[in-house]
Amino acid sequence: MTTTTSKPEVGHGTAAEKEKWLRAYRQMVSIRLFEEQVNEVYTRALMPGLAHLYSGEEAVAVGICEALRIDDYITSTHRGHGHCLAKGASPDRMFAELLGKEAGYCRGKGGSMHIADPATGNLGANAIVGGSVGIATGAAFAAKNLGTDRVAICFFGEGALGQGSLYEVMNLAQLWKLPVIYVCENNLYNEYTRYQETTAGTILGRATAFGIEAMSVDGQDVRAVNEVAARLVNRARAGVGPAFLQCDTYRYSGHHVGDINREYYRSKQEEQLWKTDRDPILVLAKWLIELSYADAASLDRITAEVRATMESAVKFAIAAPYPNVDEVEKHVYA
Amino acid sequence: MPEREITFAQAVREALAEEMRRDARVCIIGEDVAEAGTPFKVLSGLVEEFGAQRVVDTPISEAGFTGVAVGAAMTGLRPVVDIMFGDFITLTMDQMANQAAKAHYMSGGHWKVPMVMRTTLGATRRSAAQHSQSLHAWFSHVPGLKVVLPSTPYDAKGLLKAAIRDENPVVFFEDKMMYKLKGPVPEDDYTIPLGVADVKRAGDDITLVATSSMVQVALGAAILLEKEGISAEVVDPRTTWPLDEKTLIDSAKKTSRVIVLDEGYGRYGVTAELAAVIAEGAFYDLDAPVRRMGAMHVPIPFSPPLEDATVPTEQTVFDAARRMCKAA
Repeated sequence: MTTTTSKPEVGHGTAAEKEKWLRAYRQMVSIRLFEEQVNEVYTRALMPGLAHLYSGEEAVAVGICEALRIDDYITSTHRGHGHCLAKGASPDRMFAELLGKEAGYCRGKGGSMHIADPATGNLGANAIVGGSVGIATGAAFAAKNLGTDRVAICFFGEGALGQGSLYEVMNLAQLWKLPVIYVCENNLYNEYTRYQETTAGTILGRATAFGIEAMSVDGQDVRAVNEVAARLVNRARAGVGPAFLQCDTYRYSGHHVGDINREYYRSKQEEQLWKTDRDPILVLAKWLIELSYADAASLDRITAEVRATMESAVKFAIAAPYPNVDEVEKHVYA
Repeated sequence: MPEREITFAQAVREALAEEMRRDARVCIIGEDVAEAGTPFKVLSGLVEEFGAQRVVDTPISEAGFTGVAVGAAMTGLRPVVDIMFGDFITLTMDQMANQAAKAHYMSGGHWKVPMVMRTTLGATRRSAAQHSQSLHAWFSHVPGLKVVLPSTPYDAKGLLKAAIRDENPVVFFEDKMMYKLKGPVPEDDYTIPLGVADVKRAGDDITLVATSSMVQVALGAAILLEKEGISAEVVDPRTTWPLDEKTLIDSAKKTSRVIVLDEGYGRYGVTAELAAVIAEGAFYDLDAPVRRMGAMHVPIPFSPPLEDATVPTEQTVFDAARRMCKAA
């Protein structure tokens, strides 16, 4: 994607760097506005099921996926819209899936929590917490055995730290030096419970116990996430082995769209502080402007373009037909 | 020239070796599958031929390595996972029932999971409640999985080769008491399609539908019945899913009496499903209610006389079949 500005380059970086971070900005805005539309469509009762919004965590998905190739793999979670978009999914087919339409990524049979797309290496979002840790590790196992240099990213929230299978596969990945990176998005809450109440010891200690390279990063700073991700991805691609990356972030909304009254587990003041002081889009915007990679007007233009894309994606999805009922028995078996 | 005879275990090994030679994507993953060749020595010699990259020893992490197999199957390999005892499938349930079984459907047909899980079933090995169960009904209950129950060395080879070539997750249950059973097995490449029942013995008076370990029991009972002048037909579905309903129903219509035998727990088990299929399909041709015989609804006990009481035997099947036929 090219930038819309035609101003001569200023600041310290190269044209390529400028293009990269404007692309990242656009991607983060895309996720934010996609989720705004999800919230809108959901509250208008046009979307069946559940909606778990990714707003606030955009820098993680974008920072990681900007370090990947299209043929690298990801596994995602119930809060997965951001991962899918960052890996290259198109908003119209995503919205169609969210509404259960045939034009959706899964022909309407997966829904919000199961978007999968081989064309972008998306092995699927998973509605079992920690349910995809084996799949991501297996994709890395296959990559190594087949002699490709693909890397697998396993996204999960800190709630998945409670699942034993994570420790089984981290042990395997380190024993076999698999090209997989476990990306723990610590948004501080396991659904409706502060993670400190569920998590003994340290998060990174869980990975270092296996001898896995482990580090944490400010998950609201897309440049920081991308820098460390690029290093870990290159390392995995070179065959050195797995890594564990803790991204400290924040979930702006409730566990799902219907989780409105949240004060029993977190304060409005806390939510507001994250939104004003640490918003990943504002953080990057400030930096882009400081370096004269963009100005407020050009960023506004990006936002307006993305908003138009999202609105037309929603229109497409609403107008799209449901699958024919005879679809119900298709794809049970290959 | 007499046909070559090999054991059930050798037939399983031969199927794996042939498929691994044919297709470099086929690999084996499990506990003590390499040099140890499993506790039952079913896999002996494979690591020597195919190397440690394709015969992969794992830690004792059934959920972990089964999950790895699911992901590897989605991305280009054709893993055959080894779960040492069928009782341990409980540890793999999320990976099989929620991941492997659903990936194809949930993705609208985009991802496929061509993997096989080999595991065991069967009691009377004095291994007590956590190493003796026959839990194939659990996987048969889940759409998206196929479940195979070979009962002879011939079937074991042909069905396993078909399972490995299948594009879906297939669970393959081997009766561990049958590993030393010998039978004719061709040396050539052959497959047996999944979902085709086999009439193991033709008869006219009563149908014994039997799976896996119970096929030999049914054949033994049929010999006892013959001495009483009762002609028993033994039908082996060979797979619980896909299920060859037609062959079962046709046999029931022919003989008008049916006993269904399966070593799983009877309650809510394979016998219940097969009996229902037969009752629905052949009700007006039946002279008696379909009888079910399975493992007793108890944890498998250790003490030999107790354990032996929990599973159908040639004698108990003979008695039940004789009563059913004489009552007419």
